[in-house]
Amino acid sequence: MSDIILDVKHLVVTFDTYQGSVQAVRDVSFHVNRKETVGIVGESGCGKSVTIRTVMGLNPRSSGSVRGGQALFDGQDVLQLPEKEIRKLLGNRMSMIFQDPFTFLNPTMQVGRQITETYLRHHAVSRREAEEKALSILRLISLPNPEQNMKRYPHQLSGGMRQRIMIAMALICEPAVLFADEPTTALDVTIQAQIIDLMNSLKEKTETAIVLITHDMGVVANMVDRLYVMYAGKIVEQGDADAMFHRPRHPYTWGLLDSVPRLDERTKEELHSIPGMPPDLIAPPEGCPFAARCRYAMNLCVRRAPDTIPLREEGHAAACWLCHPEYVRQYGETTREGRPNVK
Amino acid sequence: MGKYLLNKVLIAIATVFVLATATFFLMKLIPGDPFASLKTKAAVQEKQREYYGLDQPVAAQYVRYLGNLLRGDLGWSLKKAGRSVVDIIREGFPVSARLGLTSLFFSVLTGLLFGILCAQFRNRWPDYLLMLVAVLGIALPSMVLGPLMRYFFGVRLKWLPVVGWGTPDKMIMPAIVLGLGTVAGETRAMRASMLGVMTQDYITTARAKGLNRAQVVLRHEVKNSLVPIVTGLGPGIAGIMMGSFVVESMFLIPGLGRYFVDSITNLDYPLIMGLTIFYGAFLVTMNLLVDVVYGLLDPRIRESGRKKVK
Repeated sequence: MSDIILDVKHLVVTFDTYQGSVQAVRDVSFHVNRKETVGIVGESGCGKSVTIRTVMGLNPRSSGSVRGGQALFDGQDVLQLPEKEIRKLLGNRMSMIFQDPFTFLNPTMQVGRQITETYLRHHAVSRREAEEKALSILRLISLPNPEQNMKRYPHQLSGGMRQRIMIAMALICEPAVLFADEPTTALDVTIQAQIIDLMNSLKEKTETAIVLITHDMGVVANMVDRLYVMYAGKIVEQGDADAMFHRPRHPYTWGLLDSVPRLDERTKEELHSIPGMPPDLIAPPEGCPFAARCRYAMNLCVRRAPDTIPLREEGHAAACWLCHPEYVRQYGETTREGRPNVK
Repeated sequence: MGKYLLNKVLIAIATVFVLATATFFLMKLIPGDPFASLKTKAAVQEKQREYYGLDQPVAAQYVRYLGNLLRGDLGWSLKKAGRSVVDIIREGFPVSARLGLTSLFFSVLTGLLFGILCAQFRNRWPDYLLMLVAVLGIALPSMVLGPLMRYFFGVRLKWLPVVGWGTPDKMIMPAIVLGLGTVAGETRAMRASMLGVMTQDYITTARAKGLNRAQVVLRHEVKNSLVPIVTGLGPGIAGIMMGSFVVESMFLIPGLGRYFVDSITNLDYPLIMGLTIFYGAFLVTMNLLVDVVYGLLDPRIRESGRKKVK
């Protein structure tokens, strides 16, 4: 049995619109090991949700189309599977929790039934047994009064409780991979912390690998084993959490790290943000997509997109000319603090 | 729920009262006199008016009418000698209601089914075909469709009786003619409602559970799509059960429909009032029923009737 549960290779996804083809995902490769927690970080519209939804087969078939690549789930390319076979995996071997627990739950169905529905779909058991299973999951994720709350409707629960319901729904079949698409974005900060703690504890209690998608470096810190940073439909940097947080090499990763508000710095400065806008993915730039916003950009960056360059540590790699061995040899290693005065 | 319902009932009673008042005075504004005739002597006409209290001031007539109404007395028909308004309704309404309910049952079911199919096959040929039927149903008046059907199925193919009432086979054609508008309306409404529901986030959740298409449609889409549909049903039920002047005249059905027009052309004041109030009260009751069903479908409404739900 291979240690890799999900291996996405060279995925290309394009959406046809009236304005033109939006190249939402441009040659993305990543993998997830069993029981591992992986983060995919990037700002809105960078293609992280599209990537995951493509693997789940949830993109509207009319508009989005996979133009290339593979997504091997347990050795099987899910992009090639017939719909009927994919449905046997969804909710069962791979499942997903969504961004907004307010709109992603059916308003006219008791939450208990929404949870058991997943289990009943994939297991030949009675409703009673499914309810037992749901209760045990609800206890695992420490939802208060699980018996009563199972009979409630979504609008009768708080945001944090609803997100717990979503998590229960996704976990009831004990999937091999759980995708969490911005699971805390729609919640209050205190509830965010609770949900993050919960997901952290689930790492220990279950066999499930978690893929956490977020735009907030603060959310993935202390939680993920490995991290992918995505920008304009590409993975720009990847590596172990330690390397990514302490020795990040891509200027975009620095920007994301700087954008996390900090409590320990008593400055009166405004919140840091990366200047500029992500490029138009209908006609993406020829060179590095981040060049227009990068304060280290060179002529080369605008002309040619860098390949992914492996770095010193195992698994750490960045798509940036600053990391190219030739550049490092001539000018030395640029780090986050390395050339602070360059404007 | 109790308070919510009581509130609705009070509003319903007030509505019927306003309806009765407005109808009474509007009716009196219609020019003419029910007993004016060249064949009867002026003195006889005078006697008739006096007998029915029509010589009194309108305000006095109104007060007396309301008093009788509260006791459940709708008065006597001015033109159908010796028959009370209550009798007329008691005879005609069951016929109209039976035809109407049959028609409604099948046309709502058909309409909902068509609407679901349209939404599921959006912008493909089943959608276009069913929407064409729906548009025809709205565009073709019953006085065109009725004779056409009677000609083909009654005269040419001899499958169904051309006119009449009493046996189930005689009900088929009038029920179809009566219900086609409902089929059309329900198809359009259900299609629109379902298309709205299909793009909701919770449908993505349902798909992410690995449910197949039928399960997603039946468990998650249909119920949520029905909520706005039920609202439109109340007035529809009342309208179709009161009988249609055109359909009932065409198929010679002894329902209530013809009296609506006849009573006004004859200036049969008590019958006009009786029918209007009966229709109004029935309509209001149906709407009340719809409010209750609405609450059953959507738990958010059940809980707080007054709170706005988007």
